[in-house]
Order: sequence, then C-alpha cells, then structure tokens
Amino acid sequence: MKAIEVRNLRKRYPNHLAVDDVSFEVAEGEIFGILGPNGAGKTTTVECVAGLRPFDGGSVRVAGLDPREDRDALRRVLGVQLQSAALPEKIKVWEALDLYASFYPDPADWRELLDQVGLGGKRDTAFKQLSGGQRQRLSVALALVGRPRVAVLDELTTGLDPQARRDTWELVERVRDSGVTILLVTHFMEEAERLCDRVALIDAGKVAATGTPSGLVAQAGGAQRLRFRPTAPVDEAALLALPEVTEVTVHGDQVVVTGAGNLAHAVTLALAGAGIVPGDLRVEQATLDDAFLTLTGRTLS
Amino acid sequence: MRKILIVEAKLHLREWPSLAFTVGLPVALLLILGLSIPVMTEPDPAFGGERPVDTQMPAMMIMLALLTLSCTVLPGALAAYREQGVLRRMSATPVHPARLLAAQLVVNVVVGVVSTALLITLALLVFDARPPASWPGFVLVFLLGTAALLAVGLVIASLAPGGRAASGIGSLVMFPLMFLGGMWLPRELMPDALRTVSDYSLSGPFAQALRDTWAGHAPQPAHLAVLAAGLLLFGGLATRLFRWE
Repeated sequence: MKAIEVRNLRKRYPNHLAVDDVSFEVAEGEIFGILGPNGAGKTTTVECVAGLRPFDGGSVRVAGLDPREDRDALRRVLGVQLQSAALPEKIKVWEALDLYASFYPDPADWRELLDQVGLGGKRDTAFKQLSGGQRQRLSVALALVGRPRVAVLDELTTGLDPQARRDTWELVERVRDSGVTILLVTHFMEEAERLCDRVALIDAGKVAATGTPSGLVAQAGGAQRLRFRPTAPVDEAALLALPEVTEVTVHGDQVVVTGAGNLAHAVTLALAGAGIVPGDLRVEQATLDDAFLTLTGRTLS
Repeated sequence: MRKILIVEAKLHLREWPSLAFTVGLPVALLLILGLSIPVMTEPDPAFGGERPVDTQMPAMMIMLALLTLSCTVLPGALAAYREQGVLRRMSATPVHPARLLAAQLVVNVVVGVVSTALLITLALLVFDARPPASWPGFVLVFLLGTAALLAVGLVIASLAPGGRAASGIGSLVMFPLMFLGGMWLPRELMPDALRTVSDYSLSGPFAQALRDTWAGHAPQPAHLAVLAAGLLLFGGLATRLFRWE
C-alpha cells in the first residue's frame, strides 16, 4: 500500500482555481517533496491531503484512509506541521507537548521528543519567547508526538537563517530514519535536492513533472556548464565535435562549454590533447531551478 | 479534556491584567466606594429603604465582572486563537477544537463564580449585608444571565477578525450594557423610557433579577424571558457564525 495516493485532485476557491489537476503517490518511508513557486497550489494540496480542507474533485488516500470519510482515523496516523504559528503565546513548551500528547491514543514520550528536536533546554520557555527556528522544531515535535505514520511538513524552513535551516534538515532526516513517511512542501530548490527522495514540481495547480531530483534535472536536459580561461585559443569546432558538448561560447578570454554526461572529463581530455590548460576551471551543475524553468518557463522564486 | 482545562486555566491565570479587571476591580470598587462614600451605607428611600451596599452595589460589581469576562476576555482569547491558527492547528489532531472553546467557557464561568463569591462574602463581612434570600433563584438567575452574556461574547468572537479587534468591539458593547444595567444611574432613578429600554437589554433584567432574588423577591418573569431569549438568539447566532479558521 502506498503511504499517500492523490489522484486528479481539484480545488476551487470562490475566486480562483487553486488546484487544477494534481496526482502523485508517496511510498512508505519516503521523503516526498512538493516543490513550486508561491501560489502554485502546494499548501492547498497538502491541506486536502491532511483533511483540513474539502476538495471538489479527485481522490486522496493516506495510509488507505479517505480524509473526507475517515477523518478521525486519519488524524491518528497523520501528523501535521502547518505554515503559521499555532500555539497560544504564553503556553510553555512542555505544556504544549504534554497537551498534544494527550490528544492521541498511543503518544510518543514527549520528553525524548523534546531532546530529539534540540529543545531540551527550552522546556519551560513560553512559545512567544522562542526563536523562529525553535518554533519550527517545536512544531515538528508536535507533528510527531502522536507517533504518526505520515507527517506533513509545510514550508518548514521558510524564514529561518541558514544554520537553523541545516539543523532542521538534519532533524527531518532523523525523522525519516525512524520510519515516518514525510510529505514536504517547499519552494526552496536546495531543500528539495538535499532532502527529498522524489519531488513533484507543481505550477499553476498542475504537476509539471514527478521524479527524483537528479532524474528531473536530467529530464530537463541535465545541462552542465564549464567555464575556464584557456592558456591558448581553443578550437571551438573540435570541442563541438565531442558528443558531450552542445554549445561553445567565448566571452573575451573566457570560454563557456555547455553539455551533458561526463562533460568535464571529455573537455579537459580534449584540451590536454591540444596542450591547453583550462585556468579557473569551474563546473556548474544544472539544478532543480533550471529543471523547473525548462519544464514550466517559470523560475521557482 | 482534563488537560485542556488545566492548560486553559493556567493560561488564563498568566493573563494577570484580565484578572485585575474581572476580580480585582469589582472587589476594589465595592470596598472603596462602600467604605468612602457615606450614603452607600445609609438606608435610601429610592431603594425601598435598602442601603446601596445591600444589593445594588454588589449586583453592579457582579455585572461588571461578568460583562468584562463575556464581552472582552472570552472573545479576545477565542478570536486570538483563531487569528494565530491555534484552532486550526488543533483541528489537525484527533481532538476537535470545540473542546478548546468549551474549556474557555468553563474557565470564564469559574472566574465569574469566584469573583461573585468574593463580592457576596465581602458584602456580608464588611458591610453586614444579608446573604441572598433565595439561593436557588439567585443561582438560576446567575447561570441564565451568565450564559446569555457569554453567548453575546461568542457572537463578538465570531465577527471579530482578531484578538485585539474582539476586545475593542467587546468594549463598545460592554459600556452601553453597563449603563443600561444601572452602573452609573440605578434603575430606580432611571426615567421611565430609559428603564423600559433597560428592561429589554440583557444587563438590565440580569441586574434587576439578581437584586430581586437577593432581596427575597421572585424575579420578574419578563426579565427571565428576556435573558432566555437573549441566550437563544445569541447562542443561535454564534453557532451559525463561528468560524474555526
């Protein structure tokens, strides 16, 4: 059984179509990313998955449960971290965890969870006093306190500084290692590349493509670029003749070679054969951003 | 449910400014006005020979506490919970946020009862007033009036976009109700037209029925009817209008 199955999901708000046609499947134990620019319909999609929003068309199954018909059962197997802050200002960290633990039939030990998310020292701190990163980690802990099989994490690292972001990523990887399937919503290409086993690229309420991050990059042409300053003029035709090379451009004394496959190796070998040393050699890999641009004609951010 | 109640009670106690208004202020006003103004403790023909500290003052202070709780404290807390996503976050768990609303109501009623009990006790001990002559009647009026006022608070919480707006709207509702209840002009001294308006406000019948049952008279059926109608009307409105997100 798939952890999550979404087929032809459709959701219309009074004034606009938020989700047009979204389908994807998430395997047990996977970190599945939903990646797309702001307003693409990511959050609406996961809210429908989590049973927080009714939808107009299509079907959703989470661990075999229908969010519309099996609301209660769904809420026992699904943990949710929502985008906005969601606790009373003066509640203390331990009180929030203790309270949320009491909502579930077989909760995790919240004291352990507190240490796992690195908030052991913040037990008695009020929610209002926590930093953005600490709030996000508490939010993750609350999503996990019911021992869910599936966790939905929405824009987990938005607004965090780079260090807090990396800490949160490590936390998500530890959660996955404990056997929880994760549906991760993000508009950070870097986050999706680092964390996700597979991603769905969503644009204007539709899935533009689904696959592994590297597969999507390859599918979109998998372009790589080499930049270097040759010690002698290069023979452009000879480089273009290499099967890996698709384009050669010269800007002043800098040469940019675009291509795919084992590009760096093929080009440096050819240059060495001609007795040329590529100075300042840099390899630029295409990213999910490039893939998204190729597939939709739009950038992520 | 027990944990939700405990947490909501703790959170309420941490909001000490709200307690200052719902417990501290009514108690302080009763003591200060009662002890410093001589006519407060003298029999007054306008009150049928009663002293103002016998039922008028304590009933006004009870009304002050309950109006503050129901018009500003409850709607402020609920609208803030909705604004901050607290209700929405909870609806993603197996426990419906209606439990949180219920806990809020319970906590506010408890604070109202504590405040009322303190006021009655002080009226007895400090001013030598008589205890409510008809306890069942007094308790019935107290519960009916409190429920009607809390229903008004729920409607305010439904309409307000956020916590601050809710407290603001609540104040706008609260002051006219305090006036009509007789806070600044006792109902006995109101011109007939004004007293008629007061009879159809929630606070007028509530205050009068509290005083009637306290003094040992039966509450006027019309007053109980207005309170019951208010409870049904505003309770019905609140269930239709209240949004969880």
